[in-house]
Amino acid sequence: MSTAIRVENVSKRYRLGVINRHMLYQDLQSRWARWRGLPDPNTPVLQAKRRGDEDSHEEFWALRDVGFEVREGESLGVIGSNGAGKSTLLKILSEITAPTSGRVLMRGRVASLLEVGTGFHQELTGRENVFLNGAILGMGRKEIARKFDQIVEFSGVEQFIDTPVKRYSSGMRVRLAFAVAAHLEPEILIVDEVLAVGDVAFQEKCLNQMEESCRSGRTILFVSHNLAAVQNLCTRGVVLENGRLTFDGTQTEAIAHYGKTSATQGASVANRSDRSGTGQVRVTRVEMRNREGQCVSAAASGDDLEIRLHYENHSGKRFAKLDAAVFFQNETRVLVFQHSNAYSGTPFLLPPEQGTFVCRIPRLPLPAGNYLIGFRVSAEYPAGELLDKIVHAADLAVTAGDFFGAGVIVPPSNGAVFVDAEWKLETL
Amino acid sequence: MTTTDSAKEDAAWSKVITPHRGWLDVRWRELWRYRDLIALFVQRDFVSAYKQTILGPLWFLLQPLFTTLVFTVVFGRVAQISTDSVPRPLFYLSGVVMWQYFADCLNKTSHTFTSNAGLFGKVYFPRLVIPVSTVITSLITFAIQFALFLAFLAYYKWQGAAVEVSFRIIILPLLLLLMAALGLGFGCMVSALTTRYRDLSVAVGFGVQLWMYASTVVYPLSEIPEDWRWVFVLNPMVPIIESFRFAFLGSGVVELWQLALGAGVSFGVLLAGILIFNYVEKTFADTV
Repeated sequence: MSTAIRVENVSKRYRLGVINRHMLYQDLQSRWARWRGLPDPNTPVLQAKRRGDEDSHEEFWALRDVGFEVREGESLGVIGSNGAGKSTLLKILSEITAPTSGRVLMRGRVASLLEVGTGFHQELTGRENVFLNGAILGMGRKEIARKFDQIVEFSGVEQFIDTPVKRYSSGMRVRLAFAVAAHLEPEILIVDEVLAVGDVAFQEKCLNQMEESCRSGRTILFVSHNLAAVQNLCTRGVVLENGRLTFDGTQTEAIAHYGKTSATQGASVANRSDRSGTGQVRVTRVEMRNREGQCVSAAASGDDLEIRLHYENHSGKRFAKLDAAVFFQNETRVLVFQHSNAYSGTPFLLPPEQGTFVCRIPRLPLPAGNYLIGFRVSAEYPAGELLDKIVHAADLAVTAGDFFGAGVIVPPSNGAVFVDAEWKLETL
Repeated sequence: MTTTDSAKEDAAWSKVITPHRGWLDVRWRELWRYRDLIALFVQRDFVSAYKQTILGPLWFLLQPLFTTLVFTVVFGRVAQISTDSVPRPLFYLSGVVMWQYFADCLNKTSHTFTSNAGLFGKVYFPRLVIPVSTVITSLITFAIQFALFLAFLAYYKWQGAAVEVSFRIIILPLLLLLMAALGLGFGCMVSALTTRYRDLSVAVGFGVQLWMYASTVVYPLSEIPEDWRWVFVLNPMVPIIESFRFAFLGSGVVELWQLALGAGVSFGVLLAGILIFNYVEKTFADTV
């Protein structure tokens, strides 16, 4: 088999600060000031200072010397945490932006799907949008006409095909959009996490469609932090960390590698600004540990999991009955469950200035998927003053596992949480 | 591996993504491959622009009618500017219809990057598809407005006005092509620059307005002293509008060399516009 995609030492640099300069007069102002030997009035002083110690010249390398190959018919999963460079890589491969250095070579017709329904127009009918969207994705008019009936059938919106799309429900729109995308017949398919749209049943339909593509010998590059999907769809995996490629192997090995390394330090949240509360107590780091005490960012359903919130209290004020809580949101930002030390009846009485709130969850009751971990610290349960809260402090990838211990893997479509129950048959 | 080997290998790749694209590396063939998309964008813009308005395509007619009315009152009755013995409404309408097409091309293409940022950030297709389809969409508007002009022309002719339609009207497609080239060229330049300087798009709307008064829309070139005409002729829109009036109304001062100069300028602008546009297109996603 020959190579379908070859990525050679690709790097991408973003210049911070330059992006915000949008006005011609500001540029002229800066030039004029420099010409007279005065300081530039448009340099963000604070910003420059703050970033100075981290990165010189306000540069940021989203990708650094990334190189890999994908063979024909192979499906490669690219995994990594938020900000690891996944979307930048995707943008380069889709020609939305150019690399700063390096190059990418591809063989065959390429289609990239960063979003379903790109270019859908509200005023146009479903039919007109199928043609428009298909053409935007690179199909010719004849090709679309040939596949039109199949597309409409797949979407299940036959009745409304001549109705303007603005009268569609969001679900119908997504189905029609995906139907178009599913009928692209590229030799290389580059997909983002577009599958995280729509209801669970439709997501599964999309996954099935993609699995079929894999079997038909198409080369697929799948970028995701949905480890369960990567496990099912891909035959190979690479891991991106801080813009560098740190692992290349089978998808199972890649997931294992990602789960271990991406979490060695836990997620530092000391400098996060998306928090609320008075800040008298501040959580500085969030760690997740498995049964062996190793830091992880992935766990299987039914595994034991420990969430550790490292905190600091420099306010001088001591709290008599501190309440800490962790919460789990799923990908659609629905709160699946939360837990607080008040629930288990273990109040933290006068906690010291520094320490760790530890929440141990025996047998993780979550089906496979991605979860956002948040925390809250307040002075008292239930209505004490809010001290610190971040809704999305860390990510947890849950892979399919045997929660019930009976050898049954229950799919995510069967419910948002697992609960213990007992069954018996009573006879009359 | 020898150089010939690697060259042979490179040829086997159907797509090569590199950091920079040369100034002259415009992918014409790719643009041609996306011609269906151009047609669909034209259809989309036309359908969507007028589907939801009460008056529908009537807007196309009201715009030049009211402009002509205002010009007739302000420049004709009040300012008493000569129209070379052509009936005033006919004279102004001819200028307005022609100018409108050019202004449409320029104004709309100059917003290419900013108004399509969402689309450009999600999918690749040759970005030139958008301005090219805009120029074609404007052609539909022009056709309707031109029909209005023909109706006016027929009416005044029947009334016995001193207008003379000649065989020279066959030059119309060429005039349209020149206006499209000029509008598209400037529009591409501006849209490429607006990716860095947002305030430029405001200047364009204003600039086009001023440009109209520098072109022979509300006055004939014959009103300009001979010594100064050469300055006006440097503006390609002047020979274009004058040629149009000369062909359809039999009035107007234009010489072939002036039109040739205008054509040269228009295509020069078009080429420069496309090259700048092409250069910016690759890294546009990073600057917006």
